Amino acid sequence: MTEPHPASDGTDADTGEQWDLVVYVTNASPKGQRAIENLKRACEEHLPGRYKIEIVDVLQNPRRAAADNILAAPTVVRRFPSPIRKLVGDLSDSDRLLLGLELRPSGS
Amino acid sequence: MDSTVLTSLTDGAVGPDLEKAPTGISGLDQITGGGMPRGRVTLVAGSAGAGKTLLGLNFLVAGARQYGERGVLMTFEESAAKVALNVRSLGFDIDELVRTDQLAVLAFQVDASEIVPAGDFDFEPIFAILDDAISRVGAKRVVLDTIEVIFGAFGNDAIVRSELIRLVRWLDERGVTVILTGERGNEGGSLTRHGIEEYVTDCVIVLDHRVNAEISTRRLRVVKYRGSAHGTNEYPFLISAHGFTVLPITSVALDYAASEERVSTGIARLDHMLGGGMFRGSTLMVSGTAGTGKTSLGASVAHSACARGERALMVLLEESPDQVLRNMRSLGLDLRPWVEMGLLRIWAARPSAFGLETHLAILAGLVEEEKPSVAVLDGVTSLSNGNLTTEVVSSVARQIDLLKSRGITSVITAPGAGEDVNAVSVSAMVDTWLQLRNIEANGERNRLLFVLKSRGTAHSNQVREFVITDHGVELVDVYIGAAGVLAGSARVTQLAAERDEDLRISDDLAGRRRELNRSVIEREAHLVALQDQLDAERTEMQRIDLRAGHQVADTRADRSEMAARRWADDAKNNGEPQ
Repeated sequence: MTEPHPASDGTDADTGEQWDLVVYVTNASPKGQRAIENLKRACEEHLPGRYKIEIVDVLQNPRRAAADNILAAPTVVRRFPSPIRKLVGDLSDSDRLLLGLELRPSGS
Repeated sequence: MDSTVLTSLTDGAVGPDLEKAPTGISGLDQITGGGMPRGRVTLVAGSAGAGKTLLGLNFLVAGARQYGERGVLMTFEESAAKVALNVRSLGFDIDELVRTDQLAVLAFQVDASEIVPAGDFDFEPIFAILDDAISRVGAKRVVLDTIEVIFGAFGNDAIVRSELIRLVRWLDERGVTVILTGERGNEGGSLTRHGIEEYVTDCVIVLDHRVNAEISTRRLRVVKYRGSAHGTNEYPFLISAHGFTVLPITSVALDYAASEERVSTGIARLDHMLGGGMFRGSTLMVSGTAGTGKTSLGASVAHSACARGERALMVLLEESPDQVLRNMRSLGLDLRPWVEMGLLRIWAARPSAFGLETHLAILAGLVEEEKPSVAVLDGVTSLSNGNLTTEVVSSVARQIDLLKSRGITSVITAPGAGEDVNAVSVSAMVDTWLQLRNIEANGERNRLLFVLKSRGTAHSNQVREFVITDHGVELVDVYIGAAGVLAGSARVTQLAAERDEDLRISDDLAGRRRELNRSVIEREAHLVALQDQLDAERTEMQRIDLRAGHQVADTRADRSEMAARRWADDAKNNGEPQ
């Protein structure tokens, strides 16, 4: 296994690994729906076919949220590739989304 | 001033409508008139290490163990394992409570460097997690320790603020009693770094940890308590192996039961001077300079308690137990058997070894373990390394309070030459104040004992000489005369001289009496002789009278006979002239 080096590699999206993402939302909230949509869109664009998104409804599964150290919603956790990244918010700011998940070449 | 505030508290100034959830921290429950406002949110603010977490945990543990109220701890600063570890040393077994579902521990790490803010969010997960945990254990109590860390971590403090307000309201509506902890702000005016006291309107408590003259003191203050009277002073508190203890200054417990029972000090004449001994549960202070016999007096009280079969505790701050045992044995006070029988516990430590709180905590622990009926605190003021600061005076006050509140008869010895200001400020808290004073005269030092005060007792105002013999401690009358107060050999000399004088006087009197007696006997003999003479003379006189009468009659008869013989006429007309 090669360790990804986001800063030197240029893009993580090129490594060919399957990305493992979890998004924690409160089901009914529009913020959560927006976050899911924004995340999916970004993944389709930058990681087509190489990502997996798990959706956790914290209202349905509060113990999972507690175990995963989730305080705010929506929260997206990039479990793989490491290091673990955590984005909080509805991801409406696409620059922050790409930067936060390191989906975009850091140079551009 | 403490007393007025707290008396009004104990008088039931607390609003009857406001229900309280006891914290199990006795001093705090006392100050707040029963505990935290039930079903409300209380803010506990303090700087790092001030004891906020512990207060919260004490509240939860006491709730589960003593009041049948289960709890939820949500911590943002430590892992659950670390929380359990930290409080185990304080006597709380969190794991056991968690296993039995009496407590739920939710631990979160908030690492701002790990979080990328990306748009609008809320804290719905906190609500959901709390709600789930509260329902799962059936919690009545919740502690959020220190929720403020969420400020700054999520990029948008306006959202954090409004979510926090929403959380406080939600908790209020949820009907659980909540303690929120907050980091003390350094900027003026604000109690907490992020001003969360603004959302908590019911009860705010501030903890403070300061170091003064190398002595650390922790203090607690109830800043606000809506709808309830509360003590407004700063109260010292301590963190010990028994958890969190707030020590309201003496006057809180001015309602100590006052016993009429007298307890012997082991020195018969001192008992007499005090009107029959100390009152049970009262505090006796012995002050005096070094070598005046303070420890001996204390040991005597402990000895006498053990001899009655009561438990005694001696806390020594100046000598080691062995040293004291040996020294006291040489005075005929053999304490060792009592130690061996488990009636007497002697505990010694250098006062400089730890702070005042720790000392107090140790004392509290010893009292808890030994449950003594008599306690001797030897050299309490040496905690101060010589100067009695207000901290030390307050610490001594709290020690006295601790003993009094448990009805323990106590003897406190304090080095000090005279009635100096600080000794006096301590003395306000003791019931009896004895002073031992050395007087130096004729090349020797002698100890004098004065009763400076003794509450509720018609005590002797006379000074006594305090004599340490090989069979214990004794009090002897001093000689008070023209030469002033005499003690020691001067007293003995004076007494001998007086005895001689008495002897001389009595000799003189006996002599004089003998003399008089002799004289009386002489005169009585004389009197008898005179009487005899008098009688003889009287008899003679009677005899003479008698004889004179006979002679006249005889002469007349003779004359008649002669006339008859001469045939004379009637003597009446003829012979004798009329």
